[in-house]
Amino acid sequence: MSAIADEQIPNLRRGFRFQWEPAQQAHVLLYPEGMIKLNEAAALILELVDGERHVAAIVDTLRTRFDNVPGIREDILEFLEVAHGNHWLEFR
Amino acid sequence: MVTTGSNSARTPGPPLWLLAELTYRCPLQCPYCSNPLDFAAQGGELSTAEWIDVFRQARELGAAQLGLSGGEPLVRQDLVELIRAARELGYYSNLITSGIGLTEAKVAAFAEAGLDHIQISFQAADEELNNLLAGSGKAYAQKVAMARAVKAHGYPMVLNFVTHRHNIDRIDRIIELCIELEADYVELATCQFYGWAQLNRAGLLPSKAQLERAERITNEYRERLRVQGHPCKLIFVTPDYYEERPKACMNGWGSLFLDITPDGTALPCHSARQLPIRFPNVREHSIRHIWQESSGFNRFRGYDWMPEPCRSCDEKEKDFGGCRCQAFLLTGDAANPDPVCAKSDRHDLILDARREAQEAAPALEQLQFRNEKASRLICKG
Ligand code: SF4
Ligand code: SF4
Repeated sequence: MSAIADEQIPNLRRGFRFQWEPAQQAHVLLYPEGMIKLNEAAALILELVDGERHVAAIVDTLRTRFDNVPGIREDILEFLEVAHGNHWLEFR
Repeated sequence: MVTTGSNSARTPGPPLWLLAELTYRCPLQCPYCSNPLDFAAQGGELSTAEWIDVFRQARELGAAQLGLSGGEPLVRQDLVELIRAARELGYYSNLITSGIGLTEAKVAAFAEAGLDHIQISFQAADEELNNLLAGSGKAYAQKVAMARAVKAHGYPMVLNFVTHRHNIDRIDRIIELCIELEADYVELATCQFYGWAQLNRAGLLPSKAQLERAERITNEYRERLRVQGHPCKLIFVTPDYYEERPKACMNGWGSLFLDITPDGTALPCHSARQLPIRFPNVREHSIRHIWQESSGFNRFRGYDWMPEPCRSCDEKEKDFGGCRCQAFLLTGDAANPDPVCAKSDRHDLILDARREAQEAAPALEQLQFRNEKASRLICKG
């Protein structure tokens, strides 16, 4: 897979829904006949995946929110890559 | 496919999956068919309001995935209303249909009401499946047309094929068709051997060689799709008759799956109705009571019910002793270990079945023929 560029815009694949589940006290990703329980970090990123923000904006937002913790950009890119590889999201 | 859930007898986790079997009616049921259907004796279908109340109660307990199935759910005139209610409650709703009775207008109306996904099942009688593979037949044309409509309206789509010894050798053509129809997921599931399929097991169970070939071809397609970055996912479900360990049936009894039948009976799995257990009904009890307190749902929860060799087996947390229905059907006692397990003292039953599939499989014409209705009941994946 080619590296993710800053100006790419991720969006959830059609049929995927991201939502908070009180019973599980977690965000989940719902898709046809399946569900993935997300950890907090994944949920923070996916919350910002709205089909409008590009990658750089997502990184900036979280960087500000988390006071420039080292390695945050790499973590985000890695997650997006995995999510893309699993076909949870698409880039435009 | 859901990966969470607990199997503790004390505090069951949420019923993450709610299957609403809205009706046992089916347009394919011949009007002159006088088969007394089991459900006819059991009281009428739940009303719209009753279903919505079931949805609400289960959602409060944590259900997130909702399957709308049947019978043929399209027979229900209130489907749009049910879909809308499900969406408002926050469900991810899946319509599981044969595609018969579906129209482009309905596909659009369901989308507008908030339906998330449509699965078209090719779980038809053998004759019809043959039509399909031969590329002719009305049902085939209808299913294909509806698959195209489903995609055109932006839904993700699962195509479900029930395979058996008479069609599994055409698996390449099945996969080609699914890719052409732009299926997002393809379920290639070997017929489960409950009910009618049990009677016909020898005529349906593929041989080991057939299975291995089908799996190899599926893997070749998977690799091809992966290289192309193609999103279509192939799910190949083997019958556990060729395994030495059973499947973790439903991820454990009463662990995450709740099935409500048309008359409101609550089951831990759609096959469980045949067990000699009295299951609770939503007309008499709350879903909370049914899920947490009822004896039916607690019957095989956890590990305390297990006899040997399961009880002291270090694999019990992996497979929960296998499938209760299979144990019941094959050994006469639902509390026995699933005979698929090589440690079961009735594993010979499985070995016999394999031998039968190898040597003495009846021809297609010798299958105990059944009406469409019956054939649909068995082949639920
Ligand atoms: S003995 Fe029971 S628990 Fe152990 S592997 Fe076999 S079925 Fe599973
Ligand atoms: S034990 Fe029964 S309920 Fe469980 S999967 Fe098997 S058939 Fe279904």
